[in-house]
Amino acid sequence: MFDLETAANPEKLRRIAIDPVSRVEGHGKVTLLLDENNKVHQVRLHIVEFRGFEKFIEGRPYWEVPVTVQRLCGICPVSHQLAAVKAMDIIAGFGPLPATAEKLRRLMHYGQILQSHAVHFFHLASPDLLLGFDSEMTRRNIIGVVADHPELATQGVLLRKFGQEVIRHVSGKRVHGTGAIPGGVNKALSAAEQAEMRGGIDAMIKWSRDAVQLLKRLHHGNPEFYNRFGAFDSSMMGLVNGKGELDLYHGGLRARDADGAILFDHVDYATYDSLLDEEVKPWSYMKFPYIRAIGPEHGWYKVGPLARVQVCDRIPSPLAEVERQELAALGQGRPVHGTLLYHWARLIEMLHACEVIRDLLDDPDITGTTLMAEPGPRVEEAVGVIEAPRGTLFHHYRVDEHDMVSFCNLIVSTTNNNQAMNEAIRSVARQFLTGREITEPLMNHIEVAIRAYDPCLSCATHALGKMPLEVELLDAEGRLLQRRAHNMAGAA
Amino acid sequence: MTVSVPAPHSGPAAGPRKLKVATASLSGCFGCHMSLLDLDERLLQLAELVEFDRSPITDIKHCGPCDVGLIEGSVCNSENVHVLREFRSHCKVLIAFGACAVAGGLPAMRNGLDVGDCLKEIYCDRVGPGGLIPNDRELPLLLDKVYPINEVVRVDYFIPGCPPSGDAIWKYLTDVIAGRMPRLEHPMLRYD
Repeated sequence: MFDLETAANPEKLRRIAIDPVSRVEGHGKVTLLLDENNKVHQVRLHIVEFRGFEKFIEGRPYWEVPVTVQRLCGICPVSHQLAAVKAMDIIAGFGPLPATAEKLRRLMHYGQILQSHAVHFFHLASPDLLLGFDSEMTRRNIIGVVADHPELATQGVLLRKFGQEVIRHVSGKRVHGTGAIPGGVNKALSAAEQAEMRGGIDAMIKWSRDAVQLLKRLHHGNPEFYNRFGAFDSSMMGLVNGKGELDLYHGGLRARDADGAILFDHVDYATYDSLLDEEVKPWSYMKFPYIRAIGPEHGWYKVGPLARVQVCDRIPSPLAEVERQELAALGQGRPVHGTLLYHWARLIEMLHACEVIRDLLDDPDITGTTLMAEPGPRVEEAVGVIEAPRGTLFHHYRVDEHDMVSFCNLIVSTTNNNQAMNEAIRSVARQFLTGREITEPLMNHIEVAIRAYDPCLSCATHALGKMPLEVELLDAEGRLLQRRAHNMAGAA
Repeated sequence: MTVSVPAPHSGPAAGPRKLKVATASLSGCFGCHMSLLDLDERLLQLAELVEFDRSPITDIKHCGPCDVGLIEGSVCNSENVHVLREFRSHCKVLIAFGACAVAGGLPAMRNGLDVGDCLKEIYCDRVGPGGLIPNDRELPLLLDKVYPINEVVRVDYFIPGCPPSGDAIWKYLTDVIAGRMPRLEHPMLRYD
């Protein structure tokens, strides 16, 4: 159905695998099938692990769920905790949250966005952009960036640290804390904690602005390459608030088509099930979601930073909004779809997160002590949705009269990008690989495209699994010639 | 047990060689690797003290001879077994790093369930017509249960916690680098 998804005669082709895809969170593998002229016939990103969270939390008490499901992911645990707790607020019958509780949750969430975007850009992706896609493989990592760009690497480390400290101050721990509980939060923020964070945030805003400028300099150095690398048209989806602005904590669902026209807007996310469907393919544990009304062939979409900054009408913080407008101007009225532009959008969001954190810290409500909503009537079923660092995250639960979870369905951010990541690597294969001798730097081009999406492959394996990313090489008889994704220059 | 620091490679007065460290995440959430990054500024110092081999933060896909191997996550499929054995055969000291590697952790909650039933429900029953259990040969076979890593290979040290703190990891690594017996005092031993 999709070009390069399934080869006509796979048994006659040789296989190359990138296994595991590195500098991404979790396990994924890529396989390519090529003919004797190195023409590429099939490219697939496989998620090869399965963990089964949806199933094994059945029968567990609902109040345990936010801290259980955050163990889906060590990079975005706060997102899972908050998506789950938003559903459990409703199930447990709590009314609107007190201002302090919602603002503390927002503080924790934007801290999460800051640290996750920083770790992705500086620790994982920047080696490709700063040292080169085809730079020496053993140096192409954060240690190489530390050696060549020590000041920048230090800023990256400190940006991430700040985000982690925001999370710790609200939730008690940097990774897998508590914080949000059904109906509110479990701890007030002290004046000392507020002051400590407020003292550091201005430097974070400055460094985030510098990071956006850095990305723009990289782009301006070779705009054609950045715009076209792994590009493909697709719809985009994300949450917006009532005014159509970017809101990463709460809002309605909006989608635009590849030309920017609205497909749906301000949709109540509790109805996601009638809006979206998921397809299963035999070669991946990760499902393929699509917009029901459009169907699996054309209804898939992108989520995450590049989708969000183009789905919304504006970003409600001044510095990030200026940057959004500059990115939007690139498309001259049409959305941009270059895979590498995800980095640009992500850094704009990192700047936005810093601005939001500053404003929340300046808000007197943040040190309030009314932390719990008033209880009301219980309901059996609810949906919680949030914009996690990597995109729209859906949690759906039913809880029985004994307080035990009886049903759970999750669509994690990276799953929403499944088809998009597959299209990105097929686009790269067409642009750079087909007909050429496959070398390690060329294979890194495939990984660069996957990294741009910042996939969270641990999250994506919630349905009992996890995703290794690998490329393998088979001869015409289907025998394995090469498995090491790297170090295989000329091995084809 | 005591850890002897490997003798420097032959070579004149170059100072002690850097220890080689490899890391892997099996069936886990990456949170232990996040704690490794929670070394913060000490990461820059660590770059002076060790050299990373295979790790999710490098592009080295297979583990070479190493001094220290850190394993996050439990063992849930055949691929995890291969990676774990590769680490055991190449690392002088192998560490179970975090709750999943130490005891199976949260992924082991599936041990009370039948894997076939789970797969059927998630990929067939919930999907309607067109549902199928992924079965491509590119997908590693799932194990019947989720195992802690010491049920598959010999393990030298266990660092508990979900995840262990950055401070605990720093203490452990600096002890090994300095040739001391690694020792975590009580406040660093967490069982959350």
